[in-house]
Amino acid sequence: MANVLVVAEHVDGVLRKVTRSAITFAREAAALTGGNVEVLLLGSDVDNIAEELSTSGVSRVLYANDPAYAHYLAENYAPAIAAAAEEIDAAIVCSPSSTTGKDMLPRVAAKLEAGMVSDAISVENDDGLKFRRPLWAGNVITTVEVVTPVKVVSVRTTDFEASESTSDAAPVEAFDPGTGAADGVEFVSFDQVKSERPELTDAEVVVAGGRGLGSGDNFEMIMKLADSLKGAVGATRAAVDSGYAPNDWQIGQTGKVVAPQLYFAIAISGAIQHLAGMKGSKNIVAINKDPEAPIFQVSDYGLVADAFEVVPELTEKLQKVLD
Amino acid sequence: MKILATVKRVTDPDMKIKIKPDETGVVTEGVEYKMNSFDEYGVEEAISIKEEHGGEVVVVSIGPAASTKELRTAMAMGADRAILVETDQDLDSDAVARVLTEVVGREEPDVIVMGKQSVDSDRNQAAQLLASYLGWPQATFAFNVDISDGWATVGREVDGGTSTKRIELPGIITADLRLNEPRYASLPGIMKAKRKPLDTLTPDELGVDIAPRVNVLKFEAPEEREAGEILEDVDELVDRLQNEANVI
Ligand SMILES: Cc1cc2nc3c(=O)[nH]c(=O)nc-3n(C[C@H](O)[C@H](O)[C@H](O)COP(=O)(O)OP(=O)(O)OC[C@H]3O[C@@H](n4cnc5c(N)ncnc54)[C@H](O)[C@@H]3O)c2cc1C
Ligand SMILES: Nc1ncnc2c1ncn2[C@@H]1O[C@H](COP(=O)(O)O)[C@@H](O)[C@H]1O
Repeated sequence: MANVLVVAEHVDGVLRKVTRSAITFAREAAALTGGNVEVLLLGSDVDNIAEELSTSGVSRVLYANDPAYAHYLAENYAPAIAAAAEEIDAAIVCSPSSTTGKDMLPRVAAKLEAGMVSDAISVENDDGLKFRRPLWAGNVITTVEVVTPVKVVSVRTTDFEASESTSDAAPVEAFDPGTGAADGVEFVSFDQVKSERPELTDAEVVVAGGRGLGSGDNFEMIMKLADSLKGAVGATRAAVDSGYAPNDWQIGQTGKVVAPQLYFAIAISGAIQHLAGMKGSKNIVAINKDPEAPIFQVSDYGLVADAFEVVPELTEKLQKVLD
Repeated sequence: MKILATVKRVTDPDMKIKIKPDETGVVTEGVEYKMNSFDEYGVEEAISIKEEHGGEVVVVSIGPAASTKELRTAMAMGADRAILVETDQDLDSDAVARVLTEVVGREEPDVIVMGKQSVDSDRNQAAQLLASYLGWPQATFAFNVDISDGWATVGREVDGGTSTKRIELPGIITADLRLNEPRYASLPGIMKAKRKPLDTLTPDELGVDIAPRVNVLKFEAPEEREAGEILEDVDELVDRLQNEANVI
């Protein structure tokens, strides 16, 4: 029993890139346990994604096409994942620490009588498997061990590179979990925020705005800057709470975690709970009119300035350089 | 309708957390505690469900004797009674869920409202584990809850947008940030809370083994980022991004 099972995540018929980061975690873990990495794909019309997964660096792709999996429901997914884990004798079951992963993995852990690690940022073998994970809004990193034979792990995908495509294709096999659809639960709708911009968690550039922008309309200039760099747009909780930005943009301890090449923090004070979601970024630029703002303690480049003056100027000048 | 809400006593999120020199935990001296932020939303939701549908709100905490303070706060907000499962041990979410499974067996609530995550241990597991142990449906990350005809219709905050799910009761809901505005405890509320019933149990009395499945071996501070430079103007920023950071 040494195999590692990764649960793939997809939206609108497209594999989410975070799955590839979870595969990288799984490969690191499997190298320590001496097992294979197998991926489970649940959906109703997922043949194309299965194909794509076969060259993602795994040993086998198991997939189940079933109306019960047409829409994600933890109650239907968790038993199927547990069945697959038993089928392949998995020592570790993992998926991205997305809202889906967070929602379903504890149910999988309960079914497998497994301990669960949330938001793993590393795995190593030091007299047994050890995982590291952040907590207390990233103020503390703990090293933990899971005492149960099976271990369930949600992976903080910003800490693992996306697995590269391989030229050899792994076998793709249909899998029937035999667990069906649960009673007492109904999927009603998924209202996707349609956007031309890259996903926050995948973007190379993230431009985030804070409460200092003062209104939703003023987020326009954040979007313009993001668009000129083909980046994603983010926000603080305070900006979301004030209704300036949609919830899906929130970055931080209780929102999304991002680690792009370039992060702009504009009119953001730099509260610890916000830093928890972005301090792994490669380069951080802070624009704040208060020279004492804590965000300057973590930024590589700071401008003490009024965002309303410098952001449009910056967008224009970057555009010139890019053209 | 009987509504159960969970309340965890956590370190005040506004306080700076320090790690003990021997790396076995965090410094607790001089630290202030309060109700987990997400549980405030959960308690508020439980009370508003009661206001709409009638019934009773029972709040439960697992933790040290001092957690009575957070339970009294919940009762001052409007919960009717409280249960403390007293232990000085740090529990993992699985032990929390196993203790709660027993409490639920005794109380038989129609709906349970919990926080989506503890803001100290940042795990986001207890509610989903509990739902699985009970064989109940779950609706996590709720921003909107509507209960009628024995079902809850729940708007959920998910990656990429929002989603709506219906669960048949009994079921479990976890609170996200935009679910509601937790009310403040009024002075009469605080006075009344002092006389509301608070039962104390132990994990032993419930017959639950609270040995963790996940052991914490070491606590460390994260790597600090070094503060960079304050630049003159936009031109310098563009230049640095282009020629130093090489990201443009
Ligand atoms: C349990 C808990 C969880 C939380 N989770 C999160 C989370 O996930 N994500 C998150 O972001 N927060 C989170 N928070 C909230 C966090 O503590 C802060 O309140 C929040 O991050 C502050 O957002 P802000 O920087 O936009 O606003 P503020 O702190 O109000 O800062 C606004 C900044 O804008 C600057 N400013 C104003 N006008 C201008 C201008 N014209 N030009 C330039 N600068 C200007 C000001 O100098 C100030 O620094 C959480 C809090 C708690 C208690
Ligand atoms: N010790 C506890 N006592 C009461 N409720 C708890 C406890 N631990 C966790 N919970 C509840 O479970 C939710 C999720 O916790 P966690 O899995 O630790 O992130 C919290 O928001 C609480 O509502």
